[in-house]
Amino acid sequence: MFKLMTQRVMRKGILCGILMGSTALATMSPAYADSAEPIKIVENNWTSQLVLSRITGALLEKAGYNVEYKPADNQLQFVAIGNGDMHVQVEVWEGTHRTSFQRQLDAGRMIDAGSHDAVTREDWWYPAYMEKTCPGLPDYEALNKCAEAFATPETAPKGRYLGGPIDWEKPDPERIEALGMDFEVVNAGQASTLWAELDAAYRREEPIVLFNWTPNWVEARYDGKFIEFPEHDAKCETDPSWGTNPELTHDCGNPRAGWLKKGVWSGMEEEWPGAYEIIQNVNFTNEHIAQAAAMVDVDGLKPEEAAEQWIKENENVWNAWLN
Amino acid sequence: MTTVDTNAARSSGGAGGNSLTYAIGLRCMRLALAAAAVIAAGYLMNNLFVWARDYPESWVMPISRYISAFFDWLGYKADFGLFTFRDLTRAVSQVLEWPLAFTEGLLVSGFGGVPLLPLPWVTVTLIFSLAGLLLGSWRLAAILLGCFTFLAVFGVWEPAMNTFSLVLVIVPFAALMGMAAGVVLAGAPRLERGLSPVLDVMQSTPHFAYLAPIVVLFGFGQVPALIATVIFAAPPMIRCTLVGLRSVSPELIECGRMAGCTKWQLLSKVRFPAAAATLLLGLNQVIMQTLAMVVIASLIGASGLGHDLLIALNSLKLGTALELGAAIVVLAVALDRLSLAASRYDPYKRGEQKRRRGILLFGVVLCAATVAAAPFADGLHLYPAAYTVTSAPFWDAVVIYVSDEWYDGLQAFKNFLLSYVLIPSRNALLWLPWPVVIALVAMTGYRIGGGKLAATVATLAAFPLITGFWVPTMITLYMIAMAVVVSILIGLPIGLLASRNERLSSFILLICDTLQTFPSFVYLIPVVMLFKVGDVAAITAVIAYATVPMIRYTNLGLRRVSAQTKEAAEAIGCTKRQLLWKVELPLALPEIMLGINQTIMMGLFMVAIAALVGTKDLGQQIARALSDGDTGRGLIAGLCIASLGITADRILRTWSRKRSEALGLTG
Repeated sequence: MFKLMTQRVMRKGILCGILMGSTALATMSPAYADSAEPIKIVENNWTSQLVLSRITGALLEKAGYNVEYKPADNQLQFVAIGNGDMHVQVEVWEGTHRTSFQRQLDAGRMIDAGSHDAVTREDWWYPAYMEKTCPGLPDYEALNKCAEAFATPETAPKGRYLGGPIDWEKPDPERIEALGMDFEVVNAGQASTLWAELDAAYRREEPIVLFNWTPNWVEARYDGKFIEFPEHDAKCETDPSWGTNPELTHDCGNPRAGWLKKGVWSGMEEEWPGAYEIIQNVNFTNEHIAQAAAMVDVDGLKPEEAAEQWIKENENVWNAWLN
Repeated sequence: MTTVDTNAARSSGGAGGNSLTYAIGLRCMRLALAAAAVIAAGYLMNNLFVWARDYPESWVMPISRYISAFFDWLGYKADFGLFTFRDLTRAVSQVLEWPLAFTEGLLVSGFGGVPLLPLPWVTVTLIFSLAGLLLGSWRLAAILLGCFTFLAVFGVWEPAMNTFSLVLVIVPFAALMGMAAGVVLAGAPRLERGLSPVLDVMQSTPHFAYLAPIVVLFGFGQVPALIATVIFAAPPMIRCTLVGLRSVSPELIECGRMAGCTKWQLLSKVRFPAAAATLLLGLNQVIMQTLAMVVIASLIGASGLGHDLLIALNSLKLGTALELGAAIVVLAVALDRLSLAASRYDPYKRGEQKRRRGILLFGVVLCAATVAAAPFADGLHLYPAAYTVTSAPFWDAVVIYVSDEWYDGLQAFKNFLLSYVLIPSRNALLWLPWPVVIALVAMTGYRIGGGKLAATVATLAAFPLITGFWVPTMITLYMIAMAVVVSILIGLPIGLLASRNERLSSFILLICDTLQTFPSFVYLIPVVMLFKVGDVAAITAVIAYATVPMIRYTNLGLRRVSAQTKEAAEAIGCTKRQLLWKVELPLALPEIMLGINQTIMMGLFMVAIAALVGTKDLGQQIARALSDGDTGRGLIAGLCIASLGITADRILRTWSRKRSEALGLTG
């Protein structure tokens, strides 16, 4: 009996040893300043993020770092960065990413590496031809007056608002209730279905009001505007007495100038102090982003080619970041 | 009750006249009575008890919170003294990384110091064409040559090889694990019964539900993609192994025993060859499911076709997305046809040795030559970008044409469908109070399988209720029921047709492969352009995907009916119709039932994808949980989907077993 037990303990010990050995190998990265390990930059699946990532990566390479790019999901990327499996995200959007980002910040697994000058906006949007049907747009009350024009069998008699991707959700139902609007939210699920509907409706000049954001390639291809809701205020989301509806919260629009941040793994400062500093300095404006995205969406370049060209054309901009 | 049933069965079998009308009339009346009873009960309950209409919030068990807390603990805190739980999973990850790094080095990135790698496109194409020639025929060689040249010429070589390097590891891994599990379970029916729900859960829980814990435990990149894929791709292999091994006739096994086979010989020389057709279908399914996962894998760090495809979709470059999707299908077809040939390859054929030696020699020389020449000629190493072609503008034009021309007609059809079929049935289902729904499920279970089955399915049906997901589960049920019924109605006749004609069958199976691997993300776009975001688009997408197994398994089942049996039936004077209804279909019932099971599972699996076209079902709950980082809620919603699947599976399986027994078929 005793022998059997020791045997078992020994076997366990050996197993642990083997496993520990391989983990030790895995995590054995040189501890000196500015490690030679590659910095892993997250790539999402929309244009501006891809180009900005490539620009940032190329700049880090100029400064002598090894860089790798890995694709990642919009939300799961934060888990990955928090664990140190990935290291840098150059586009953290206030609207989309706030919750997931904040969770990693609170747990001390990620660090906020500062905001870009660029501002972002995410809200209800309509194509310009709707102004013929609904005079008074972009005001939200004017939209509400012709809600019926937006109705479909699923929502009739209410108007149909095509909401954003599911992992991107806004307090739209709350807002509709608080502002007393005759609309119902139908979620598009993912960005590409939003554009598919927009494209089809735009060609037929059908009524549509949908979720959109800026900066985005869509602005260059489709003419339209954001709906103007009462201006956003932090109190609007928590304090019912704020705004036009004294009983409910969310009687306002989304922020008109939301932030766009850079987020990095909390271990980055220790592992690559120089690179961390560069990331903190990186600062894109709305013009930069539009310019970079247009190179891909309009000129048909690949993201890495666009990054190269952007770097060539904007030497004075990034020189300041590197020094 | 029983008399009516047998009467009905007998009369539908051919006896006409009064008894038939009588039986049908009685049946209709009973159905109407039952429906009236259900409506009355629903009405009463809704009006008398508030708790029956809306399940009270306070009765919901906070299981999801415990699960979240558990995974948080497991991922970040669990410490076994010497090492933490995450160290353990990360170590496993490291081990799995090796084969992946090897194929990736070979095909994509090369290894640090080794020259001449990654392999030039010409060499890779050559290797696979020659393998096709060796294992199959000139025809297969030409197909493989075409497949790989397609990837190069359409300029998707690099992402395709990225994906291929992952697939080359996952497929054998999942197939071997699935087969081993199948063999073990085939010998242990009790274990199998216990684990069967686990298989259902593995297959029908959408990935989005478990991606987050996988990412925490196994990191980011190829390995978690591999794990997520194996969870999803292995169950069909296990099931096919089980069904295949079970259907080997006891006489054959007896025969093997008498010939003095060892256990291993019995397995490899008798049981596997006898079950080959079903096992091959399992392998085909592993390949297809693996490639179907390519897009999902890109969400957790696997670069390749999936990532590029999502980028193209998000800027509405439909044509490009279509080409990338086609590349995924091409990889699937190439692998599938090659593995099919490999399994039929007979190395002991006359003259084979000489032929093999010739091809191998020729191949080695040619490959060495191309590898050596590659550094001197750019076009050999990477296909020259200047010579790539694209059909994207053409496809863009097609999609625009279709969505403009067909729109009005389809719009009317869609509105009719929504107003008179879909919305009323959804509302009816949502109107029914939950005690009535659960009672209905339990009664169905009781009628088909007795008290035990009733208890099982009632418990399963109650799961979404007590976890607080009743409404989204009902919406899911409505969508799935609609889609599955249509899928079966379409798939059964097509599978029947395919089983009658060799050429038609290979064409239909190619379409099946395409539907199964072509990323639904792509064909959702034209569907949305035509139908707008909503239930019709979602149900259409589910049907497109879930019809495939119905076709495949019906085809397989009918083909497996032995020629002698059919001959015997014809000899005793069966008409064609009698042959089909009385002989073939009953004999093919096990496969057909497996097909229905797989149709339901795949339909449920698609629910998560359908959430991408704006449904308010469990899929949406899962996606929302993912963005809130709420592991528990996501998993529970996933389990609710699985519970729907298992309920259906239990009921159908018991029913089919009873039918088989009634027909005197066992096993």
